[in-house]
Amino acid sequence: MKIPRLRFERRLSSPQWLQVAALVVSLLLAMLTIAVIFYALGVNPLIAFQRIFRGGFGSVYGLKETVTKSIPLMLAGVGLTLAFKGRMYNIGAEGQLFMGAIVASGLALEFSEWPAYILLPVMFLGGFLGGALWAAIPAILKARFRVDEVLTSLMLVYVASDAVKYLVYGPWRGTDTRGFPITDEFSAAAQLPRLIDSRIHYPTLILALLLAVLIYLLVARTKLGYEIRVTGENPDAARYAGMNYQKIALLVMLISGGLAGLAGVGEVAGIHFRMRPPEGISPGYGFTAIIVAWLARLNPLAAILTAFLLGGLLVGGDAIQIALNLPAATVHVFNGVILLFVIAGELFTRYRIRLEF
Amino acid sequence: MPDDQSAIMVAAPQDTVETATIIMRGIIKRFPGVVANDGANLEVRKGEIHALLGENGAGKTTLMNVLYGIYHPDEGEIWVDGQRAAIHSPQDAIRLGIGMIHQQFRLVQTHSVTENVILGLKESFFFPERAARKRILELTEKYGMKVDPDARIWQLSAGEQQRVEILKALYRGAKILILDEPTSMLTPGETKDLLNTLRRMTAEGHTVVFITHKLEEVIEASDRVTVLRQGKVIATLETAATGESKLAQLMVGREVLFHLDKKQVDTGPVVLEIDKLSALNDKGMTAVVDLSLEVHAGEILGIAGVAGNGQRELVEAITGLRDATGGRIAVNGQDITHVPPRARIERGVCCVPGERWTALIPGMSIADNLILKNYLQPPIGRGLFLDRAAIAAYADGLIKDYAIMTPDRRTPIKMLSGGNIQRALLAREIACQPALLIAAHPTSGLDVGATETIWQLLLAERERGTAVLLISEDLEETLSLSDRVAVIFEGQIMGLFPAKDANLEQISLMMAGALRLPVRSTLRQAQGSAYLAGEPA
Ligand SMILES: Nc1ncnc2c1ncn2[C@@H]1O[C@H](COP(=O)(O)OP(=O)(O)O)[C@@H](O)[C@H]1O
Ligand SMILES: [Mg+2]
Repeated sequence: MKIPRLRFERRLSSPQWLQVAALVVSLLLAMLTIAVIFYALGVNPLIAFQRIFRGGFGSVYGLKETVTKSIPLMLAGVGLTLAFKGRMYNIGAEGQLFMGAIVASGLALEFSEWPAYILLPVMFLGGFLGGALWAAIPAILKARFRVDEVLTSLMLVYVASDAVKYLVYGPWRGTDTRGFPITDEFSAAAQLPRLIDSRIHYPTLILALLLAVLIYLLVARTKLGYEIRVTGENPDAARYAGMNYQKIALLVMLISGGLAGLAGVGEVAGIHFRMRPPEGISPGYGFTAIIVAWLARLNPLAAILTAFLLGGLLVGGDAIQIALNLPAATVHVFNGVILLFVIAGELFTRYRIRLEF
Repeated sequence: MPDDQSAIMVAAPQDTVETATIIMRGIIKRFPGVVANDGANLEVRKGEIHALLGENGAGKTTLMNVLYGIYHPDEGEIWVDGQRAAIHSPQDAIRLGIGMIHQQFRLVQTHSVTENVILGLKESFFFPERAARKRILELTEKYGMKVDPDARIWQLSAGEQQRVEILKALYRGAKILILDEPTSMLTPGETKDLLNTLRRMTAEGHTVVFITHKLEEVIEASDRVTVLRQGKVIATLETAATGESKLAQLMVGREVLFHLDKKQVDTGPVVLEIDKLSALNDKGMTAVVDLSLEVHAGEILGIAGVAGNGQRELVEAITGLRDATGGRIAVNGQDITHVPPRARIERGVCCVPGERWTALIPGMSIADNLILKNYLQPPIGRGLFLDRAAIAAYADGLIKDYAIMTPDRRTPIKMLSGGNIQRALLAREIACQPALLIAAHPTSGLDVGATETIWQLLLAERERGTAVLLISEDLEETLSLSDRVAVIFEGQIMGLFPAKDANLEQISLMMAGALRLPVRSTLRQAQGSAYLAGEPA
């Protein structure tokens, strides 16, 4: 009796159609797996999917919420496309987002009398710097001591998250919050305007779209972008051509951290108008942004679209949690499954795999 | 299996069935975009040394990988010793007595020779080492292969590691041995030893198939030769009844010029001056020791030697990728010993490194690869931006001038053939109008045709007045291109002499570290004295 076997043959090139096909098939398989999970939880998968879709995209309210949630995803995701292009595996956008939120909140509480047209830009600037510096730590550790940035950037998420907790439970706890661990509400000057009847803080949205285009141009059209692409694809060649590898690594980390920081500013200044415990500020935007960047195949313009899709998934996930009485972690499971399949799908673009009898 | 038996009768005449140990019929193996084997027929007789000759990309490795069960052919049949064989994996091949030694060795560096030989064998579960060691010693004795069974792999030279691979195959009972370009990393002396070993094995009834693109090896070592071109078998010949030029013509499909048109060039002033340079390798051990050299404008200085004797470290020390631990490097009189790579590029140091892919970005377009050295300067770089129109014009110009065969400038460079990749790389480096051009192993892995054009480009640079430092393992190449030749061994120059005075035997000794001539690093000294006065070290 013959046992069929799998054979792997390396491909020299992978055509565009194959990459798209691999992505589509990966997503379908991810859906299938998620369907099995639903089934195991005693929920009809078809109904669940329908609810998710309707929740995220099927109503005006849902769409508004989807756009709202896509703002931080877009900012952090666009930043990550740049970091990943430069081969810096920044896994800690979530922490950088928190740092941005902390700096912006600090500024908002401290300088509450400043006029909006000064205070808000200062908050964005400060938030960018907060996120950027937080991301600089892994970059410097890597340059100096060759510490893997995946580990350090991830660990710093927990440090940042605990810093948020410390602040809202301690020194920054508000005076009129009836004991809740939150800060006082920001002054009106520190609150971003929203589109009517929604939570869409459009200045941040415009900023995110602008930055997506800017990063795209940076990568495609500038000397620095060329250096980032070369470094990311082949660090040896970058060194050989006299490029400063460490400078580039630091720079892409600063920018990606800064963009995550801006996402944090948007959340406190556009959604909550105050600082809350970490779970309140972000349901894992910084982690979901990794999927945003990856699904976009590291193209910042495509990240606009993928941020919107994953924003919808978050909203839809919230909807079924309530409607179908599912655990809160369900959405995270989705994200994990999707990322897993998308990355596994890449295997098919690099190898020819066939079953042989 | 009656069907199979009758198929043999139909496919092969009776007498070949008697003597043929391997018959491959109509093998077709397709890869996306290429047919690597296009109906290839091969017949290997028992007890012969059979050479598989062909240019790079002709499909030699693929054909043997099919035989060894690494690839499954799209069409075609294989018989081994008169039996129809279904070879699905290397395990199947080994069971049929077929062993293969790949170009890249597959040894565990930190394990001993014995451990590597028995690795993965079932009976090696309980303390098999002593018996294995004994058997290994028997085998090395029998076939004249010197290897210490207790040495660790990392301590061994490439030639010795190859012997371990051969032992592995023999230990597993291989009767038919396939070697993929086995001499590509050996010294002339080691090559001789290997060919001796192969002859002894065939005398014992083994069969050898060896892949090569070197004509002289075919003539020297093989009984019969099969020539492949673009996936097709062009001919199978008795080696004794053919010659180099005939084989070259079959292999390339046209006449090949064997002589180089090397013009008289007056050498100019010293461009590269290396004085007592020392450098360490990646493991922190000395790789270049007190090395002194001068290269003049309009001269090709060739460094001959077996790879791994400090060539790479020397090149990297000159280009600035590796720190010099001692000594001094100057270009056109300016000390560059400790300046960063970019500053050296700006002073006219250009380099085609031995490991091609350390200087190219495989997934990026040809155009993006061609601007790697000059993207900062106008017209390519303007302010913060890259001028895309300028890039297009520049890339198209180079593609045309250097006859790089590509669909267009946007094609990822990894899609090109080896010869075209190398031509693009050389084009980029030459286009910078270097003062010093370093070319390390510029034709390694290239076929005859591509080699010819690379050589011509290097000679043209010499005529333009560039100082060319050529590093190569191919002695023929070094001797025919260079004006002067230095032999390197363990990071030291063993001798330096005009190429026209070369003595092959002495060079072999120097490459193996057995002979050292008094060092005369400058042109004047070398010309002034008869180098043949050297004493064995
Ligand atoms: N795994 C592979 N995937 C795609 N193409 C391949 C693969 N292996 C070899 N090829 C192609 O098949 C052809 C023959 O290659 P190969 O057998 O390695 O030639 P040779 O050993 O004669 O130099 C080449 O065009 C090569 O690019
Ligand atoms: Mg080959």
